[in-house]
Amino acid sequence: MLAKRIIPCLDINNGRVVKGTKFIHLRDVGDPASIAKEYNAQGADEIVFLDITASSEGRGTLLDVIERTASEVFLPVTVGGGIRTTDDIKEILRVGADKISVNSAAVKDETLVSRAADMFGSQCVVVAIDVKRVPSKNEYNGVFPSDFGTDIDDFHVVIHGGRTDTGINAVEWAKRVEKLGAGEILLTSMDTDGVKKGFDIEITKIISDAVSIPVIASGGCGSLEDFRDVFRETDASAALAASLFHFGELSVPQVKNYLKEQEIPVR
Amino acid sequence: MKLAIVDYGAGNLRSVVKAFDFIGQDCVITSSKDVINSCAGVVLPGVGAFREAANKLKAAGLWDHLKAEAKKGKALFGICLGMQLLFDGSTEFGYSEGLGLIEGSVDGIDTGGKPLKIPHIGWNTLLFNKKTALFEGMDYGTYVYFVHSFSAKTSDENVTAFTDYGVKTVASAEKKNVLGTQFHPEKSGEEGLKILRNFCNMVKHDNFTCN
Repeated sequence: MLAKRIIPCLDINNGRVVKGTKFIHLRDVGDPASIAKEYNAQGADEIVFLDITASSEGRGTLLDVIERTASEVFLPVTVGGGIRTTDDIKEILRVGADKISVNSAAVKDETLVSRAADMFGSQCVVVAIDVKRVPSKNEYNGVFPSDFGTDIDDFHVVIHGGRTDTGINAVEWAKRVEKLGAGEILLTSMDTDGVKKGFDIEITKIISDAVSIPVIASGGCGSLEDFRDVFRETDASAALAASLFHFGELSVPQVKNYLKEQEIPVR
Repeated sequence: MKLAIVDYGAGNLRSVVKAFDFIGQDCVITSSKDVINSCAGVVLPGVGAFREAANKLKAAGLWDHLKAEAKKGKALFGICLGMQLLFDGSTEFGYSEGLGLIEGSVDGIDTGGKPLKIPHIGWNTLLFNKKTALFEGMDYGTYVYFVHSFSAKTSDENVTAFTDYGVKTVASAEKKNVLGTQFHPEKSGEEGLKILRNFCNMVKHDNFTCN
């Protein structure tokens, strides 16, 4: 039976791991390759590197980090952040990453997804979708929106770390990237990210039901129960967390043992 | 003992090479027939589409050569798409001919009408079907890492392990000196490295007696 995946995410700036709360306040927690190795030993199912480096010198450092990691860690490694062209993708895969994830660049030019899938195969193309709840149109009727229940128009795709609302319907975008050849969707709710009160169950459920490719839930995990809930209540294939693991609040084995007890299949 | 990792411009060979490096196995990335001839075993990696990979192997002049070498008894280990290429053919984007070294075809994963996610991505269990030295020292139910949308259809006698993705799916196949895994041993952590070590031992001791 296919196991639900537990994926630590390492935010990387200039070759070092950092983690922001709501992407703003950063704290340095160390060398990515060493941390990835530690997660491998703990039984993590995959590793995600999210590069937030702005400078071009920093990009070279990232490639070195990927290469060092891929020589010692025999797990799938996904790299995202700042990927704009198929040349960027080629370079990252060449040094040993297994998958890349694209976000803003795919929103600006959706052919990046199809071109990447054609050139490198869908199996290595992850589309990261950041979503944010927007006030329902229904509120203009003078009725509180939640009285209607939410509808799918309530979630928009946001870019630039959540600062720009693209106005694009998140569910339509998820279906679109699946058609374009994405192999997986990494779904982050900007409303729950960094808050540690649980994944955004609602949008994770809506999107994982709407597409037939795997969805990785991300943003907001703060407890063992949050992992259980996202797997029980949605069709998510994997759950991703960063600071929770980095700062040792929970360990990967702790999460997996708990999920086993809850009869959720994990490796 | 040296292994040839076939380079035909498709897929990410690097991770396969890194894994063999890590376990101390000498290997060489090559598209040269002479180098392949000089190696004790051949690894055919691959990700991507069947037809394109077959065309690239043909363009590199390796298609008939690999067939001939395998028929002469050289160990040939296909990984993921590399394993699919070992069969008679695939229906991915229309029919394309395979190497025909193991009887069977490669078709889209038959979900039997179940709402299964395709591709099949993630860690799934090895359910042994036949004893093979490839899985020496491993437990029934060991998790390995899969990424695929197509899967092999072949007679049970060629299957060394299945996996259960809601539907019974071929995880590995073997016929004499030709073998393959649908999953990625090079991405399956410690257990995956064990499989690669086992393959090296099979080549070293010419131990291809799957039964």
